[in-house]
Amino acid sequence: MFPTPNTSHLTSESFNDIYEPAEDTFLLLDTLETEHNNLKALRPSVCLEIGCGSGICITFLAQLLGPDSLYLCTDINAKAVDAARATAEANGVLVEPILTDLTACLEHRLKSKVDVLIFNPPYVVTPSDEVGSHGIAASWAGGMRGREVIDRLIPRIPDLLSDSGVFFLVIIKENNQDELEQMMTKHGFRMSVVLSRRSGPEFLSVLKFCRLRS
Amino acid sequence: MKLLTHNMLTSKIIKGVQQGYPLGITATKVDVKEVDFNPDFVSRMIPKLDWPALCKAAEDVGHSAELPKEVVPEYETNEEFLKKAHHVLLQVEVIEGNLVCPESGRKFPVNNGIPNMLLNEDEV
Repeated sequence: MFPTPNTSHLTSESFNDIYEPAEDTFLLLDTLETEHNNLKALRPSVCLEIGCGSGICITFLAQLLGPDSLYLCTDINAKAVDAARATAEANGVLVEPILTDLTACLEHRLKSKVDVLIFNPPYVVTPSDEVGSHGIAASWAGGMRGREVIDRLIPRIPDLLSDSGVFFLVIIKENNQDELEQMMTKHGFRMSVVLSRRSGPEFLSVLKFCRLRS
Repeated sequence: MKLLTHNMLTSKIIKGVQQGYPLGITATKVDVKEVDFNPDFVSRMIPKLDWPALCKAAEDVGHSAELPKEVVPEYETNEEFLKKAHHVLLQVEVIEGNLVCPESGRKFPVNNGIPNMLLNEDEV
């Protein structure tokens, strides 16, 4: 058992501006813990979290895998990257946050270099015009079928991941797992469902994608 | 922002910019923080780096004196080289300043050690 990272430096006021860790967050933490041995065996050099929010997931990954990797995280919300820096510091791990849209300023230099990619996206079904803010709504507003932000990232995955790289994605049922699997199969990836859990109205899953040939 | 992270950033996302690399650094606050030396990690990062960009960044923040201008052969077993690389990659941190696109001159602020690489809608 790895302890959940300490987030006591974040107050209820912080969570007016950034996403407060909830069931979806904890399902992703549980997934990373379940996959601990597989991830260790990969000997990752570069781990990246997109949409880090409070930074609890990338901090947990850094605790799990230790200082043999670079840990980068991005968010579109300035308060989130500040919180992520503080969360990493409070837990004694090195994480480098960057304020950017998904992987925008990283994708040219990180081509084929990312060994572990994690994304707990804005997956909630909302009107399209709620997508694209830089505040807390960016943490949940997923637009049509909750897929508008996920679908912007999917085509970038093949370029980003290293040969043995893995990608973990949190979804809800409305995001259409089967269609995501078909899209990623076309890009040369196989999908598995690591964990699923019902939380109130949401049926959450964490999907894992690896290259077919690896 | 560590110089290792800087090595991975481009401003190619700006409309009309071809390479956007390496980003210049004008720092108003640079810290040096002790980080445990992990020769295996540094060795594994070396092939992923753009070494000339690292040298330029080290120069921009005034920490280039010790850094070799080129990667030495058999660096994996050269502890002296790896320690110098470790220092510049992981211990030197830009806390406040700007990153500058080499083509457009667009400045990206660094605040509290975090680069703000967001663009306005008309720049994408």
